[in-house]
Amino acid sequence: MIDFLNSIIVLLNFIIIPGISYGSQLALGALGVTFVYAILRFANFAHGEIMSFGAMITILFTWFFQSQNIGLGILPTALLALPVGIIATIILCIISDKFVFQYYRYQKSVPVVLAMVSIGVMFVINAIIRIIIGTETIKFSDGQKFIMKAKQFKVMTGLNEGLALKSSQVITILITVLLLTFTFWFLQKTKTGKSMRAFSDNEDLALLSGINPDRVVFTTWIIVGVLACVAGTLYGLDKSYKPIIYLNLVLPIFASAIVGGIGSPFGAVVGGYVIAFSEIMVTYAYKKFFVYLLPSSIEPSGLVQILSTDYKFAVSFSILVIVLLIRPSGIFKGRVL
Amino acid sequence: MMKFERYEWVAITIMISLFVFVGFIQGWSVSLVILNMCIISAIMTMGVNISWGYAGVINFGVMGFLAMGGLAAVLVSYPPITESWQAGGRGLGISFALLVVLVIAVMYINKTLIQKRNRYILNSLVIFFGILIIRHFYLNATHNIEDVNPAIAGFLGGLGLPIIFSWIVGGLFAAGVAFVIGKVALGLRSDYLAIVTLGISEIVVSVLKHEEWLSRGVKNVIGLKRPVPYEIDLQNADWFINLVTYLNSSKLNNIIDVSDRQQVLNNLIIDGSGIFVKLSYAILFLIVMLIIFYFANKAQLSPWGRMMRAIRDNETAANAMGKDVVKQHLIIFVIGAAIVGVAGAMLVTLDGLFTPSGYRPLRFTFIIWIMVIVGGSGNNLGAIFGGFVIWFSWIEAAPLTTFIINQLTVGLEPTNALKLHLLDSVPYFRYLFMGLILLLILRYRPKGIIPEKVRHS
Repeated sequence: MIDFLNSIIVLLNFIIIPGISYGSQLALGALGVTFVYAILRFANFAHGEIMSFGAMITILFTWFFQSQNIGLGILPTALLALPVGIIATIILCIISDKFVFQYYRYQKSVPVVLAMVSIGVMFVINAIIRIIIGTETIKFSDGQKFIMKAKQFKVMTGLNEGLALKSSQVITILITVLLLTFTFWFLQKTKTGKSMRAFSDNEDLALLSGINPDRVVFTTWIIVGVLACVAGTLYGLDKSYKPIIYLNLVLPIFASAIVGGIGSPFGAVVGGYVIAFSEIMVTYAYKKFFVYLLPSSIEPSGLVQILSTDYKFAVSFSILVIVLLIRPSGIFKGRVL
Repeated sequence: MMKFERYEWVAITIMISLFVFVGFIQGWSVSLVILNMCIISAIMTMGVNISWGYAGVINFGVMGFLAMGGLAAVLVSYPPITESWQAGGRGLGISFALLVVLVIAVMYINKTLIQKRNRYILNSLVIFFGILIIRHFYLNATHNIEDVNPAIAGFLGGLGLPIIFSWIVGGLFAAGVAFVIGKVALGLRSDYLAIVTLGISEIVVSVLKHEEWLSRGVKNVIGLKRPVPYEIDLQNADWFINLVTYLNSSKLNNIIDVSDRQQVLNNLIIDGSGIFVKLSYAILFLIVMLIIFYFANKAQLSPWGRMMRAIRDNETAANAMGKDVVKQHLIIFVIGAAIVGVAGAMLVTLDGLFTPSGYRPLRFTFIIWIMVIVGGSGNNLGAIFGGFVIWFSWIEAAPLTTFIINQLTVGLEPTNALKLHLLDSVPYFRYLFMGLILLLILRYRPKGIIPEKVRHS
């Protein structure tokens, strides 16, 4: 029985908790990509850099607050700086729309052209970030690092395996739940949300019924800004901030959005968790888990690892390719908010 | 014979004069280094341009195809390592044979079993156990290979042939990968296709990074043989010394003192050998570029090229006229990727080393796409022009930025924090330039600097 509990704790500690927090970050990112895709109808390659920009502003203000000795006690100061980051990200989104994307929308350009344009925007934001903050790795989480340390847990329960709970993970999960609830409530219950859904479903019909497209687009960018900034900051808080990482993060985010069904917000969230869990589960070495479960005579000799951790990145794409082959519209049929 | 319009002559003149200008300002060595990379970039751009400009098939997997070309350079030119083959060759052979058996078994099951459910179950069982068995042999073999002298070897090595053959092999490798990708993904809509090709190129690179028995992975392969002479051999070759003396005879004759004269001559020989090597590379690359350019233009003007344009402009109509759109898309995707693969092999040839971790999408996919868009999709001369201009500005952005920053902050003290910070981040301004160039071109000249010629034929 103890062995069984131990094996469960191993799973919780190394797969489930990291999976949920990484999945939440991906889900928030994928939700942003999905919003742009559903309303503005293009694949936004700049999304990773927008996330990075939000995180950067948050870091700058975190440093400012720290220098002024303003803090939240056991909570990281970044939470205090997050609203500033969100506002800055929204402004960035709206500026890039006004000066860049709007023109192509009025021209009714094909989606590929808009995707190219977003690559240009990606380069510009990327440059701005590097010029302002450099390319160093930055750790900006302060306050209490662990809610529960592995040792504490061992003493508390008397089990062999420890369960560590980082505060950044708990914060990630809580904020994600809050934000997702709010987003879905907004889409389902408010008038603006309903008009957004109508717009994404059938643009012409929505225009005929008097929905103002500029207003819908404006609201979309605000939501995208909030989601991107929060996702970027949470990722940085959890894993430390590094400007180069966010370009690599774009691909798992796209994978999540497409796997869930691009254009479907619920699908994006599910896709985020699917991608995160498969990345972690496929590359985790299950030896410890089996050592607890199986009698020592048939204990596995190897690591019992399906793929080496080096291929973490490749897993999300393999899933993406498989989903596109079997069910091109994703798990939840996409294209409508 | 193709004729150039006036603006095309202008473009060619601009390209040549850029290098002459840099040659006089920063030295011929710098100019030739930039020229070599420009030619390689131009070839990559032509590869992408063929699939995107001719047929509208998007290819964001440039990085992966380049890496395949680079792998070909290693596998062709590196001398074979017999110990590694002895250590793991048999295991690898067995696992490869088993893989073939597995594929045949799956194909056989697919062919004979009609009922869908049984087929799925049997297939997954066969694949699962097959992979388990293959893994056993494969992991043992690769482990043994990687243990052979890991500091300098630890991989299988190559065939030990002249590296120039790898340019063709690189094309074939890339074409093979492109065929698989195309079979899987070409039915998708263009923006999905972009994401999928980008993702698969990441997979290709991560395989090269981590399969050390094949490519030495992150430990990199260095010291690949050159197709051109080495500087040190040139400096000791009589004919080269005579050539340098002959070329600089007027300058040397003015120096009367013998030891001074020898000193000057030695310096000239050292400089000259570097330039000679780079020039030989440039000539080799130029030949490849012109061959590809000639055939690309020929193909574009041929009935096949016309069919490609028809497919690009209206897929449904082309399909209705009896053109096999799916097949043609696959063909052009493979051809484009093959050309990119050739460029990849040339890139590794030029560097003399293969660094899988150096393949990053920003540098090797998106920059190439900026070249295509800026140059003008659907026009081969435009592609070359785009490759030259963008690579040139990518390199020359840093000196230019330093100059601009120094001019703007001329009133500030040299220790001013803002000025120092800006000067520290000079290398990042090139991303800003690239983004701005792309955005401006897409806005004000969406067909590129040298647009595709409209043909009424």
